[in-house]
Amino acid sequence: MVVEHAMFLQQINDYSAIKSIKQTLAQTHQNLLERGEISNSETVSSSAKIVQLFHKYKKVASIAASVGGVIALFISGLALYLSPVSHNNQIQQLSNDIAAIKKSQQYQGKLINEVKSKLPAGVKFISGGSGFLIDAKGFIVTNAHVIKGTGAIVVDNNGKEYVAEIALIDQEKDLAILKIDDADFTSKKSLPYSIRKSTTDLGEEIFTLGYPRNEIVYGTGYLSARTGYEGDSLSYQLQMSANPGNSGAPVFDNAGEVIGVLSTREAQLEGVVFALKSNNIYKIVRDYNEMNDGGKDIKISTRSTISRMSRKKQISTLESCVYYVKSFDK
Amino acid sequence: MKATSNEQALLRGLAGNDSAIIEQLYKENFSTIQAFILANNGSYDDARDVFQEAMIALYEKAQSGSFVLTCQIKTYVYSVCRRLWLKKLQQMGRFSHPVDNLEETISVEDDLEQHAKHDAAYAIMDRALKSLGEPCKSLLEGYYLQKMDMQALAAEFGYTNSDNAKNQKYKCLMRLKKLFFAQYNIGE
Repeated sequence: MVVEHAMFLQQINDYSAIKSIKQTLAQTHQNLLERGEISNSETVSSSAKIVQLFHKYKKVASIAASVGGVIALFISGLALYLSPVSHNNQIQQLSNDIAAIKKSQQYQGKLINEVKSKLPAGVKFISGGSGFLIDAKGFIVTNAHVIKGTGAIVVDNNGKEYVAEIALIDQEKDLAILKIDDADFTSKKSLPYSIRKSTTDLGEEIFTLGYPRNEIVYGTGYLSARTGYEGDSLSYQLQMSANPGNSGAPVFDNAGEVIGVLSTREAQLEGVVFALKSNNIYKIVRDYNEMNDGGKDIKISTRSTISRMSRKKQISTLESCVYYVKSFDK
Repeated sequence: MKATSNEQALLRGLAGNDSAIIEQLYKENFSTIQAFILANNGSYDDARDVFQEAMIALYEKAQSGSFVLTCQIKTYVYSVCRRLWLKKLQQMGRFSHPVDNLEETISVEDDLEQHAKHDAAYAIMDRALKSLGEPCKSLLEGYYLQKMDMQALAAEFGYTNSDNAKNQKYKCLMRLKKLFFAQYNIGE
């Protein structure tokens, strides 16, 4: 009992000591806040810290150092100003920006001249990505952020260009439909793949075909989460590698069914990629059909004819349905 | 890095609840913590709460006799705040990848475990005091928190003499003890 009482008294003393230190802390905080020595702003401000460091290193601080600081700030400011603005720095859209691929464009420029580019004269090519057919008549789906300009041309896996018009853009879903409007285009009888209406389960093995460079590139991975960035229920999270230019590329499952459209990746994490769920394609197609009743309806094929083929065979069949999308502006 | 004698003096000041020293510690460390919390999904209020909790953990360490700080106060406070905040983020289900400003950190798990125990005891005592009712609550607070002597307490609470006050204080203390041990498990 004596031990218990002694311990209890200790507890009371601890309690009162902590209580008074809490009061001191609260009081100190208030005092410093009133004197402006700490700030209550919600934005990250480093001024307080700079002042602090300055006081600490007053003696060693020299004019040369501050000149250096100013130059560094100026350069980083300039870099920040000149770098392209992404709508969210946590995730990165996978469309190609022209500045980033200037070098390859010089090469492309040559190529385009050789085959007499269909790019109208005097226009600028501003963004690029991938796209794929959803209707054999020449309807292509890609990401809305790939279509930054006023028109687009699409290039097939043999390097042939076709002029396409923008049929529909849905910024909210980040999807766009292009319609190939070119006399040279011969529509296929039917598409070899279907587009999945329902959602897919975790662990599904997937592959994609896209144009991160001038040539078609194959990649594989698996479905790692049912939702996208920060729980976005419109997309899936995939584990695979993707690069700028992959935006708008189809994501296929083993049976060759389209389960999504590759759109963004997490900037800080390697291999974390997000794809819009394929049921969104049905939604925008419905929107499109409602807008254009009669005549130009899009019909999505629901049967995949490549499900039992080997992967190599699947790819060689699919290749001709995936296009390099280049958007231009007048 | 060993704590310098200057830092030891700061810790002694903190242990003694010296308001000038606490202000100095506050000024030197708060903005770093604020920047860290704001950069990691937190608000100004979160920064204040986490920082003050870390200061209390440091105070508890400074109070215990066996205390040796093996790094700078700055590093210790930052490590504790970082741990506390990441834990809180996890509890709220908002865990994201921590953004650090390349500050040095040390392992503070054991200290925080100790701190959590103290904190639990504090909360139980706080509840016990609140459910005690008047005048017991004020009487005990006057004696233990404000350190008033029996004479002053007798005058304040209208007892005829200090012995009466002392008697009353003892009764209140026994009630508080009962309330406290109803929730506090000595074995823990």
